[in-house]
Amino acid sequence: MVEHEDEQSDDENHEPTSFLTKYVWSQDHKVIAVQYSLTAIAIGLVALVLSWLMRMQLGFPGALEFIDEDAYYQYATMHGMIMVIYLLTAIFLGGFGNYLIPLMVGARDMVFPYLNMLSYWVYLLAVIVLTASFFVPGGPTGAGWTLYPPQSILQGTPGYEWGIILMLTSLVIFIVAFTMGGLNYVTTILQARARGMTLMRMPLTVWGIFIATFMGLLAFPALFVSGVMLLLDRVIGTSFFVPEIISLGDPLAYGGGSPLLFQHLFWFFGHPEVYIVALPAFGIVSDLLSVHARKNIFGYRMMVWALLAIGVLSFIVWAHHMYVSGMDPAFGFFFAITTLIIAVPTAIKVYNWVLTLWRADIHMTVPMLFSLSFILTFVFGGLTGLFLGNVVVDVPLSDTYFVVAHFHMVMGVAPIMIVFGAIYHWYPKITGRMLHGAMGQIHFWVTFLGTYAIYFPMHYLGFVGVPRRYYSYDEIDFIPESAHDLNAAITVAALIVGAAQLLFLYNVFWSLRKGEKAPANPWKATSLEWQTPQTPPAHGNWGKELPVVHRWAYDYSVPGAEEDYLPQNMPRQPFEKSGAHDPHDDKPVTDLQESDK
Amino acid sequence: MGQKSVESASGNPDNAGAVDQLVADWSSDREAFKGVSWGKSMMWIFLLSDTFVFGTFLTGYMTVRMSTTVAWPNPSEVFALTIGGTELPLILIAIMTFVLISSSGTMAMAVNMGYQRKPKQAAYLMLATAVLGAMFVSMQVFEWTKLIHEGVRPWANPFGAPQFGSTFFMITGFHGLHVTAGVIYLTVVATKVLKGHYEKSGDYQVVEITGLYWHFVDLVWVFIFAFFYLW
Ligand code: HEM
Ligand SMILES: [Cu+2]
Repeated sequence: MVEHEDEQSDDENHEPTSFLTKYVWSQDHKVIAVQYSLTAIAIGLVALVLSWLMRMQLGFPGALEFIDEDAYYQYATMHGMIMVIYLLTAIFLGGFGNYLIPLMVGARDMVFPYLNMLSYWVYLLAVIVLTASFFVPGGPTGAGWTLYPPQSILQGTPGYEWGIILMLTSLVIFIVAFTMGGLNYVTTILQARARGMTLMRMPLTVWGIFIATFMGLLAFPALFVSGVMLLLDRVIGTSFFVPEIISLGDPLAYGGGSPLLFQHLFWFFGHPEVYIVALPAFGIVSDLLSVHARKNIFGYRMMVWALLAIGVLSFIVWAHHMYVSGMDPAFGFFFAITTLIIAVPTAIKVYNWVLTLWRADIHMTVPMLFSLSFILTFVFGGLTGLFLGNVVVDVPLSDTYFVVAHFHMVMGVAPIMIVFGAIYHWYPKITGRMLHGAMGQIHFWVTFLGTYAIYFPMHYLGFVGVPRRYYSYDEIDFIPESAHDLNAAITVAALIVGAAQLLFLYNVFWSLRKGEKAPANPWKATSLEWQTPQTPPAHGNWGKELPVVHRWAYDYSVPGAEEDYLPQNMPRQPFEKSGAHDPHDDKPVTDLQESDK
Repeated sequence: MGQKSVESASGNPDNAGAVDQLVADWSSDREAFKGVSWGKSMMWIFLLSDTFVFGTFLTGYMTVRMSTTVAWPNPSEVFALTIGGTELPLILIAIMTFVLISSSGTMAMAVNMGYQRKPKQAAYLMLATAVLGAMFVSMQVFEWTKLIHEGVRPWANPFGAPQFGSTFFMITGFHGLHVTAGVIYLTVVATKVLKGHYEKSGDYQVVEITGLYWHFVDLVWVFIFAFFYLW
């Protein structure tokens, strides 16, 4: 933060030339975005493979002999943590955030490119530390992704020797990396927009990423602090979270700590985290729907306020994850109410997406398919969330497969669908090539139908009481035979879905060289990133002149226009009557632009 | 920044009320905080995030203090120094707090000098701030040493609840790290100011940005002081 080059002037845009400065130690937000995404996908693949292994054990117990009880817990923990933090958070904010923010608001780069570069390298360090835990004595931690003490730091939990230490260290490093990046994203959006780019003209993608990042800056501190405290408990023997415990007749050296405190701190981070991965998806899906349905987003302002309301509310619902923790039942009452309230802005968003599609010119492109599946999956998972938000329903369902099905639908599958949709949508801008359409269609249909085959039956498993985080159900009498058959079927579906992701990766690499050459604006989209002079955009994004923005990002199918869309940087046309679409029409921003130049 | 904002040209800022002005700024293009540099806005946002870090630390402290089963030691006794035969409760901490608050004063003067474009004075005042900060840290080291000699450890405490030692070392340690980082930060910026690094642009806002961080660290101390020593 010591370096203090203020707003860049155009002439100091020296372009890096050597391979190293261009692609490795790059300060260009576009390169950093790709680095972030590739790293996140790479570690995400590990999490995917772990899910196959878990599914093999659940569907065909004992078929893979190297999976013992400890290994199963370790797989589940690493799978969950990687998916939530190191894949989804990193790819939405570090990946899409980095790539899209400067391009969509019309900036040349992030405000502090050097800090931005550091953010990626520190993130990579966090990933390396995390991966290292697979290779230390005792292996990675098996404490569950929630890492609840006391068990996570006591003997008997796999990985208690080194795994838990590395996990916590890696999380702390990740938070440092996220903070460096997040400060950049927020400042860029607030202070470095193009002429004419008001906040209420920003594409919803930018809004979603903006609010999610801001939430991250306020929520990650709780994980940071609880991580540090847990680390101290484990390493130097403080007792923040561990009460008096008699283990095998001997009292442990701990005493007087509060395990509930950890749960509160963890979920004060953990619930906003759900929205940290959901809000960018909300934003992106709004833009994908609008572009591929050739229609303006319905209720733009409402969408922005709903994002904001969700962001604020999500900080006061955290204890709905703790109904069975033994906290004061009065809390349960309060948190159930706030949880149900948060459904209101969320429902507004869903209505607006659907209304955007109403009588629209829907193009069934691959990004559109993924967007539609997002709405379906998100609504599905959201509805079961409403059930679980009520204490009386949650108590019997808590820690069953119903919960697993719920959170995979709402924060696993739904955001991942948007990650895919977004990659199919922006790949042409990033690489200059189109992704292969037929491969994309296969990828979509297998993934979409497959995830329903996986998670739909899990709701049923939850109802019959199958508990989650179990290595084996063989000796549990109340579980009916049919549940075992169902588990086998789910495993088959999971493996097929997994294979489809390999097809996707193949497509990404194949298209890089063999893909059809992409025009500058293949989807005829209005937002600024499609209006760059070069595709892929060059260093500095805009050539000599920065773009000037004249309208919001949703002028599609405008009556009287030659093309069916008007890019954001197109000046007002004679045929446009005032007050048509732009939420800012009452303000003379556009007209002043020209005179002010 | 010299960029004329598009929006402010449309209204008459002198007549507009503060709320109208706020709305106008936020609905304008380019920047939401008019005339605030990138570095300064980023520092503000960082401090907001850091507030949550310290807030969580202190919340954790309060919870642990209430949940622990052993009695909490009396701070007036634990933090007393015996000087010339008399036991003076909280004397060291009073001096430390005084030193740190004074450093906020010198910092504020440095910012003022920066805006008056008196780089020499600004730099020296920043260095004075850094010296006061270093004094604070050394007194903290002294306090830690004393407590450790008396047998207080992060995991143990002869005066009562072991959590007293845990939270004390953790939170004052984390704050002390912030002060130490601030001393380094101040020294670096002061050196740059002295070398004339900002003469060309004539923009000494960097002094204010450093000051924001420093005042924040002081403010946090006030809370730690109240919660640890007065409760
Ligand atoms: C094909 C995709 C996936 C499959 C087959 C899968 C499968 C599984 C399985 C079998 C478990 C362990 C359940 C248990 O024993 O309790 C699990 C846990 C979990 N998964 Fe997934 N998963 C997938 C994708 C995802 C994604 C995209 C996310 C991102 C949010 C995610 C997040 C989690 C979390 C947070 C847990 C809980 C871990 C724990 O209990 O500590 N999963 N998953
Ligand atoms: Cu939640």
